[in-house]
Amino acid sequence: MFNKILIANRGEIACRVIRTARKMGIATVAVYSEVDVDALHVEMADEALAIGPAPAAESYLVADRILDAIKRSGAEAVHPGYGFLSENAEFAEALAAAGVAFIGPPASAIRAMGDKITSKKLAQEAGVSTVPGHLEVIADADEAVRIATDIGYPVMLKASAGGGGKGMRIAYSDDEAREGFVSAANEARSSFADDRVFVEKFVEEPRHIEIQVLADGHGKCIYLGERECSIQRRHQKVIEEAPSPFLDAETRRQMGEQAVALAQAVDYCSAGTVEFIVDGARNFYFLEMNTRLQVEHPVTEMVVGLDLVEQMIRVAAGEELTVTQDDVRLDGWAMECRLYAEDPYRGFLPSTGRLVRCQPPTEGDRVRVDTGVVEGSEITLFYDPMIAKLVTWGRDRGEAIAAMREALDGYYLRGISHNLDFLGALMRHPRFVDGRLTTAFIDEEYPDGFAGAPRDGEVLDALLSAGVLIQRRVAERDASIGGQLPHYRPAHGDDWVVSIDRQDRAVTATPAEDGFDVELDGRLIAVRSYWRPGQRLFNGTVDGRHITIQADPAPDGYRLSHGGVRATVVVRTPRAAELAALMPDKPPPDTSKYLLCPMPGLVVSLEVAAGDEVKAGQALAVVEAMKMENILRAERDAVVMAVRAAPGDSLAVDEVILEFE
Amino acid sequence: MQDILRQLEIKRAAARAGGGDKRIEAQHAKGKLTARERLEFLLDRGSFEEYDMFVEHRCQDFGMPEQRIPGDGVVTGWGTINGRLVFVFSQDFTVFGGSLSEAHAEKICKIMDQAMKSGAPVIGLNDSGGARIQEGVTSLGGYAEVFQRNVMASGVVPQISVIMGPCAGGAVYSPAMTDFICMVKDSSYMYVTGPDVVKTVTQEEVTHEELGGASSHSRRSGVADLAFENDVEALARIRDLFDFLPLSNREKPPRRPTDDPVDRVEMSLDTLVPSDPKKPYDIRELAIKVVDDGEFFEIQPDFAGNIVIGFGRIDGTTVGLVANQPMVLAGSLDIDSSRKGARFVRFCDCFNIPILTFVDVPGFLPGTAQEYGALIKHGAKLLYAYAEATVPKVTVITRKAYGGAYDVMASKHLRGDVNFAWPAAEIAVMGSKGAVEIIFRSELDNPERIEALTDEYQQTFANPFVAGQRGYIDDVILPHNTRLRVARALTMLKNKQLENPWKKHGNIPL
Repeated sequence: MFNKILIANRGEIACRVIRTARKMGIATVAVYSEVDVDALHVEMADEALAIGPAPAAESYLVADRILDAIKRSGAEAVHPGYGFLSENAEFAEALAAAGVAFIGPPASAIRAMGDKITSKKLAQEAGVSTVPGHLEVIADADEAVRIATDIGYPVMLKASAGGGGKGMRIAYSDDEAREGFVSAANEARSSFADDRVFVEKFVEEPRHIEIQVLADGHGKCIYLGERECSIQRRHQKVIEEAPSPFLDAETRRQMGEQAVALAQAVDYCSAGTVEFIVDGARNFYFLEMNTRLQVEHPVTEMVVGLDLVEQMIRVAAGEELTVTQDDVRLDGWAMECRLYAEDPYRGFLPSTGRLVRCQPPTEGDRVRVDTGVVEGSEITLFYDPMIAKLVTWGRDRGEAIAAMREALDGYYLRGISHNLDFLGALMRHPRFVDGRLTTAFIDEEYPDGFAGAPRDGEVLDALLSAGVLIQRRVAERDASIGGQLPHYRPAHGDDWVVSIDRQDRAVTATPAEDGFDVELDGRLIAVRSYWRPGQRLFNGTVDGRHITIQADPAPDGYRLSHGGVRATVVVRTPRAAELAALMPDKPPPDTSKYLLCPMPGLVVSLEVAAGDEVKAGQALAVVEAMKMENILRAERDAVVMAVRAAPGDSLAVDEVILEFE
Repeated sequence: MQDILRQLEIKRAAARAGGGDKRIEAQHAKGKLTARERLEFLLDRGSFEEYDMFVEHRCQDFGMPEQRIPGDGVVTGWGTINGRLVFVFSQDFTVFGGSLSEAHAEKICKIMDQAMKSGAPVIGLNDSGGARIQEGVTSLGGYAEVFQRNVMASGVVPQISVIMGPCAGGAVYSPAMTDFICMVKDSSYMYVTGPDVVKTVTQEEVTHEELGGASSHSRRSGVADLAFENDVEALARIRDLFDFLPLSNREKPPRRPTDDPVDRVEMSLDTLVPSDPKKPYDIRELAIKVVDDGEFFEIQPDFAGNIVIGFGRIDGTTVGLVANQPMVLAGSLDIDSSRKGARFVRFCDCFNIPILTFVDVPGFLPGTAQEYGALIKHGAKLLYAYAEATVPKVTVITRKAYGGAYDVMASKHLRGDVNFAWPAAEIAVMGSKGAVEIIFRSELDNPERIEALTDEYQQTFANPFVAGQRGYIDDVILPHNTRLRVARALTMLKNKQLENPWKKHGNIPL
């Protein structure tokens, strides 16, 4: 076994690898860029070496820097994590040349699977089911119809140069195939000046399901069940689970055996993932093979009971797998949510900054938090905006979902925007709960973006009654101040008016042991908690059910959030509520006269000057955030009155860039 | 007897009706509560005891004798906020537009006199069209009587003004003399001369809101300490503010029990100061993480952002926080921030509130605008305020403490009681680069040598130890322990006694 390994990565995956290495008694070496000097993985590792400036292209992606760090530290092996150099065959070769073990597959396997065409051909040869299609250019509409009939409908006609949905047609019949060919070719010609068109099987109700394989250098290869990763947003996975709610044992076995066959065909060694697309009739087709540890590997670990990183290290050290296919049992259900630094309420715009507050839920048998940040860490523009992976386990899917809801409610993050509410909403979405997933789930269910989870009666009642308890406790504390006149007693009854969602609800709150019995519309809600002012998490019960609510003081009430629902709750005496009702509704300020910076970022260029007339859709400015250049466009015709920012300016969210007349 | 009681009821009903239903409706339509409704909201339920309900004006001209409304446009009396005594007056815009008559002024003066004797704060809710013009000079006299009492009460009992409607002309000078001015957005304004006069004299076209609205005064002029969305939010927050203040200068600040442990460790504070000295950070995070329950009541949050001031509690007891804010103008001191800080420090000193200062200051802001605007005099105010203050003073230098600004910010030399430094603290005359460029001016054409010397200067002075050797700081503390160390320092200082030499009063550079 190795004495010392280097982790050529950062963030949560570096921390995760270090944890296993430490458990195995192996010393660890971290590498870090300039902005990561105080990062958690640096603190956790036994030693740490600087490898250059913040941009990954100048640090984490530079093989020579890593090789130099290996030499300096004397590490015997390298774990690449995911991303960065993990699927770089040259890097794997350079390590081999330097006599350092790569904790991953052989370079030849990386190379073979890294090429779309080669991998598909290899898969076909290995007897793996691939998406039926015709890789050659189609001459005319007749040929299109003939090939489509061979493949079986529906089919997709795809422009060779296509992209962004342009030059794509779906056909369910010969007529549609004929028409589709012509229109796809025409559109491709006008859009890309290239009218070549291919035809491919169109997968309906597609799900993304992948098989985890594990192979050693002694010819043994097993599969560790599947993971379903259909919940994606713009090809970015959001929720993963194991097993899939869709597969039956037979399909699982077939997919697993094909995945193993493919791995063996390329002499695979280490952990790898074979991705499939599965249609509504459980037909599955090979997509690609990822020759590295996947982000979502913890869900497999939770149901299989194996530490994949440990297995990877052992295999890399030349050990034989001790687990056989027959040993592999799927126990229970695991669910993973990816917490991203993004604002779901504003089109999922990236968010950066300091994690002023970061309190993950308590870890245990059923809750696992893989993270690379702590309170006070900074989410920068330079790397992946993932804050953490939250993983829960249950005996069945329902339990895993319930544990996830609880864990999400208990994850207290402040300082940056995050997608916790969105994840909470997904976990309560009936279609998700039923397991009716496809890769289009988010687009189909949130076509107009996200505006919070549905505000159903049960959640609002819970927030309302918790709000009553919270504000009664605050009022009691406030009334305990020193220096009062003698005989002072707060003179209020038990009647209150609770404003929630700007609606007034009359309640009677009778004090009970550790809480209140809140009478609302003739019903009695029992709310109990040891919550004290100052606590940001309300843990208690509502009608006997345990509930976690996040509670932040607001100007005259509390902002509460639970299960993806946010609401401001204000508790007043009936008379005070009467007076409060007289207050005018103030519309939010009119910002249509401004172009506001939608995300924190750097102004790259301004396309207009004061006095310019601009048309709707015209580019106004380019702002770089998260290494992405975002073009900001005019929403309507307007005249630019003033330019308030300059190229090179670093702007915060909602800072004014332009002012219109 | 029965007859008297009946008359009493009639008079009381008349007083409560104020200007009548129509005017009350008009008041509501403007999004404003009436004078009595405001008091109901501000004070503990059932605690209000009214004075002078039967007072009427004595004006004999312009048909005024026919128009008499008991109370004469202002409701006065006392009540409690969370059980603590407070005197209040609330101007009634529905009665003669809340205008100030001789009698109206007398009512205000009466409760102010009583507040001074009883040792309790005065909260004034202002909503007045101005002087009762029908009364002429007696009305002006009334104002001056109030002004005089504002001044006499200053430093004796806290005075809070809430502007909830118009407040124009001479009337502005009563709130101006009080400790805190709060305004309600969109429904209040304050100015010495209104838009019409402005137009006549300077040809400037300006609206009431632009000239004297809540946002103008809370962002531009700094006249307002706080701005609120509406009457209800304003009154609720005034209750919160009141809970921080002692009743008078004869008392210590109030204690309110807390569950927040004094030894709460905040590991994230260890990374608050970025490793890059040029990078800013939000000093409010420190304030919020040090005080009880994260409840930091910021004063003037939208004005002179380069200094942050406000109240918090540590171990249940009020402290006043003053902190340089690196996020704005790198935390440098300028005219506005010096004025803002100075007035707050003096308030705390008046009322026995310990001052906790967080220092990260690169110096005073350079420029002709600052110098011509009398930065020397304004900066001196902050220096004077700190030097004069005899309350417990605890200081934490988080990063830079450069030049004269170091001296100003509650340094040891200005009788700082406990002066801590974080490990990243640099107490020096100026930044290393600037210092080397002056000391080694003749070698400026040799950038390598300058760089080496800058490094040397940085090594020598960019640490807390040079100041530590001389006792200018008492200890270097770890950021995550700041709450505990500050709490212990304040406990040690609980019975601090220090007196300035007797004088009629000092001559602060106004």
